[in-house]
Amino acid sequence: MAEEIQGTEKETAMLEVRHLKAGYGTLKGFVRAVDDVSLSLAKGGFLGIAGESGCGKSTLAYAIMRLLKDNARIESGEVLFKGRELVGLPESEMRKLRWAEIAMVFQSAMNALNPVLSVGEQLSDAALAHRPDMKKKEAMDLAVEMLELVDINADRLKSYPHQLSGGMKQRVMIAMALMLKPDLLIMDEPTTALDVVVQRTIIEKIDDLRKKLGFSVIFITHDLSLLVEISDTLAVMYAGKICEYGRAAELFESAHHPYTRGLMNSFPTLTGPISRMGGIEGHAPDLLAPPPGCRFAPRCPKAGPECSAREPELVDMGGGRLCACHKPEVSNA
Amino acid sequence: MPENNSSDILKENSGAASRAAAQGAAGLQPSAAPALELKSVYKHFPLRGLSAHGRAVHAMDDVSLTLESGGSLALVGESGSGKTTTASVIARIYEQDSGHIIVDGEEARPFRSRAEALQYKKKVQLIFQDPFGSLNPTHTIRQILERPLLIHGIVKNRGELDAKLNEILELVGLCPPGEYLDRYPHELSGGQRQRVNIARTFALEPEIVLADEPTSMLDVSIRMGIMNMMLDLKAKRGVSYLYITHDLAGARYMCSRIAVMYAGMLMEVGPTDEVISEALHPYVKLLKAASPAPELGLSRGRVAAKGEIPSLVDPPSGCRFHPRCPYAKASCSESMPELREVGPGHLVRCFEV
Repeated sequence: MAEEIQGTEKETAMLEVRHLKAGYGTLKGFVRAVDDVSLSLAKGGFLGIAGESGCGKSTLAYAIMRLLKDNARIESGEVLFKGRELVGLPESEMRKLRWAEIAMVFQSAMNALNPVLSVGEQLSDAALAHRPDMKKKEAMDLAVEMLELVDINADRLKSYPHQLSGGMKQRVMIAMALMLKPDLLIMDEPTTALDVVVQRTIIEKIDDLRKKLGFSVIFITHDLSLLVEISDTLAVMYAGKICEYGRAAELFESAHHPYTRGLMNSFPTLTGPISRMGGIEGHAPDLLAPPPGCRFAPRCPKAGPECSAREPELVDMGGGRLCACHKPEVSNA
Repeated sequence: MPENNSSDILKENSGAASRAAAQGAAGLQPSAAPALELKSVYKHFPLRGLSAHGRAVHAMDDVSLTLESGGSLALVGESGSGKTTTASVIARIYEQDSGHIIVDGEEARPFRSRAEALQYKKKVQLIFQDPFGSLNPTHTIRQILERPLLIHGIVKNRGELDAKLNEILELVGLCPPGEYLDRYPHELSGGQRQRVNIARTFALEPEIVLADEPTSMLDVSIRMGIMNMMLDLKAKRGVSYLYITHDLAGARYMCSRIAVMYAGMLMEVGPTDEVISEALHPYVKLLKAASPAPELGLSRGRVAAKGEIPSLVDPPSGCRFHPRCPYAKASCSESMPELREVGPGHLVRCFEV
């Protein structure tokens, strides 16, 4: 997917985010949680966004969906979905787009289901809201079809959320997101609360469905080791900014940004010799008063005077890799 | 119980970071009594209410473990597998239904006096998972840390108390201590709070530390710092760890031995490297295949797991894993396999191994 990183295939890009700035108004000031983020995603692509809590990855997802909370706003930038600008689109238009074309699986999807409605009612509701001419029966049939797609038996249609396990609830949420055959599926930590085996089966399911139905995925998580395995392209966010961007496998082989390296060095491995791993010293900055220059400089083992003097640009390192660092580590580790 | 064959267990020399770091303290004599032994411990929680009909949650069934003095044992399992119950029973938060818990060669019995309880709790300390919920938000760090010191009579006077507080905060890397003592938990980051938790644990100089997923609620980049600190503390203080986690790779980093729990029962116990590299039990194989491991290449193939963890109220007959096991035979649903030794210090609960 090098083409779309370099931006030469603009017509096929499912989503293009350009210089997006968004954040939250608080009593202490404006917290810019997403600061000048640009990315693009091709049709059928799988983009992973990695970052720790508070790095702005969820805000980015909500900004794309235009679902930001009341105290939050998009300051500037563009979100082009199939070439159509979403920033500033009237809410009535956005409502038509949401779920029908861009769907989302939320962070605590397990608690996002309505406890007093059956699975079938909730699934069909999504279809009926967007397809006023659809009959209830048709919506239910569609619900059955989607449930079967995520390996849930049709007799679960009458079940209530409390009768399902965590993994099943999460699969119901995925079925619901796919009800209207969206072109883009945004998943915000969809497997974080699940056990590894269930996580694995859900990820395999999403991958199968993506190949079958051809939608694009944005997968957001703090678990870089998981993302490296499942994404085509990976964006690493730190303190509201993308610090490194590139093909997942290559990013794992040779991370250029010290933060990406630190993150990679934060996951013990299942195989190979055990050596002492570093992790990253310190903690993420306060976004109310981000440090001058590079935001990672206070925690960076390589930081020099220029790092806190001047903010590094996200520059093209070749081969579709972008990195925002004054001292990128280009040699292989 | 086969695994108290301690001379075999002590041949643990596969190079985990813990051993490299803990060489001094862990250089124990093979004759030393294990720090902790569980012999066939059962713990069921009765259901309440009209529809309970005498049923119970089988949180621990026939759990037998040995933790060598100065050793480290990872208890790995998915949520609801009974690992936290195991820690709670060892910490005497719950009394087991049956079976024996032996600490330092002495059987742990229900406490008959406060003195007995204090004596036990000084030896066995617990680090909680949630650094946000386990510190009293209305107390300063000083109040939180001095309480166990005063209750256990570790310090005699104000001067000793201050020295001790400084010492334990420095031990967990909160320097200078003066900067932290008068702050409240909400003024600290998650990682710092977990350090306070660990400082409180080590304040009593325990022999056994039960760490219940100490890093799972922390940000990724600071987990390693906490894990490394725990390895260093183990080397410095010579404690024994029971490290509870759901992360196989983390278990491998922290511990020389591993016990994998599923639906309230131990499925495989052995040297960590051996169990992870050559998993014998089908559940452990599944867990390993499902764990993220980018270094294994990006397309390891499908895991294709079926089913989910069974209800512990009505656990499956026979082997608890048989409904999900790709190798299950008819006999697997009829009787429960024993946890039997298949190699030095390596035990597996499976008919097919």
